[in-house]
Amino acid sequence: MTCGRIPELLLHAHVDGELDPARSLETEAHLAECPDCAARVENQRALRSALEGASLRYDAPASLETRIRRELARAAGRPAPASASRWRWVAMAASLPLVAVLAWTLVARPHGPSTEDRLDQEIVSAHVRSLMADHLTDVPSSDQHTVKPWFAGKLDFSPEVRDLATDGYPLVGGRLDYLDQRAVAALVYERGKHAINVFIWPASSGATDPASGADRETTFRGYHVIRWRRAGTSYAVVSDLNLPELRELARHLQR
Amino acid sequence: MGGGYDAGSLNSSEQERFERTVLPHLNAAYNLARWLCRNGPQAEDVVQEACLRAVKFFARFRGDNAKAWLLTIVRNTFYSAWQGRGPAAAVGVDEELPEVKDDAPGPEDLLLQKATREMIAEALEDLPVEFREAVVLRELEGLSYREMAEVMQVPMGTVMSRLARARGRLRERLQEQVRRGAA
Repeated sequence: MTCGRIPELLLHAHVDGELDPARSLETEAHLAECPDCAARVENQRALRSALEGASLRYDAPASLETRIRRELARAAGRPAPASASRWRWVAMAASLPLVAVLAWTLVARPHGPSTEDRLDQEIVSAHVRSLMADHLTDVPSSDQHTVKPWFAGKLDFSPEVRDLATDGYPLVGGRLDYLDQRAVAALVYERGKHAINVFIWPASSGATDPASGADRETTFRGYHVIRWRRAGTSYAVVSDLNLPELRELARHLQR
Repeated sequence: MGGGYDAGSLNSSEQERFERTVLPHLNAAYNLARWLCRNGPQAEDVVQEACLRAVKFFARFRGDNAKAWLLTIVRNTFYSAWQGRGPAAAVGVDEELPEVKDDAPGPEDLLLQKATREMIAEALEDLPVEFREAVVLRELEGLSYREMAEVMQVPMGTVMSRLARARGRLRERLQEQVRRGAA
């Protein structure tokens, strides 16, 4: 039985040292008064030390490194031992289609029927993660003229960045994140004590735009997600902020 | 053109940069390949092939995390060349997400201390490959969740739940083996 106060995954993140200091302290405090969760954490630590104690790591054989260095040297036209085998040429030629396959699997992932739901979950995960790992912003700044240029060279598109402080949603900064199989811009806004992530990325060409003005709203694990597309760009707003205020932010961004 | 071996396009300073930034992670590359293949000679072939691919892609590598980058290529090489399927096909194991099997705490965890190296290695080898790679990347290679997401090409949440589920299964397996060994 879990006590329910702390999700199992967060206990793992705690043991793995992936929580930010505040969350970590919070978790420690809970562990001190919840024997169930404390035992669970102990179990995880026991498993980890069993794994550590077993020296499971394999080192590369010395001959492998020699072989690879020889291939590299030969490729660079440096003198190499004559024994470099001929059949490697054949192997390399044969591997070209594999490179093509690799490139394909990297860019063309199939879109299943639940792609949209999955994306919503990904968005919530990215949001939670940004709060957990003490990594809300890469560029902490309320100045849109600082944040926007920061993305240049890090993304293959230029996101629109607006400070909405006068509307009650001050910009806190920006960050790179990863969603929908690609790097995306994450803008962070604040409302009261709530952090809001706004993810921006170019809409995938295969996707059909929903009727313009039709936002997609979902709630997942207590977080609200509002998504829309405009002018070939996908937007997603996510927060634990109440839905009406989050809608208001979305409206400001859509202006 | 012939031969398709365009690694020669790296000039010698790039070549040195490759040797300096990528080759130090050869042990990590081999370790991952070894656990994916569960067999030494095949792991060597995967790593060699991955390194040659890495040379081809190196000109485009701008990141600062050569280890995660190389491990991604090793993993892709394994899946595409040796498995005949893309990593994308691996999502099946996550269908039951996000629930994680509750690993009820109990004294049986004392049993873990009795597990031998052979038992542990066997239990890890028996894990489905998606779980196995999560454990190897985290526990043996010490990757962060973010790096794991990059290497495994899945969202962070999936990394977390795969890891949790992998650990649950591993513990179950080990307890079984220890009890059987003790009986």
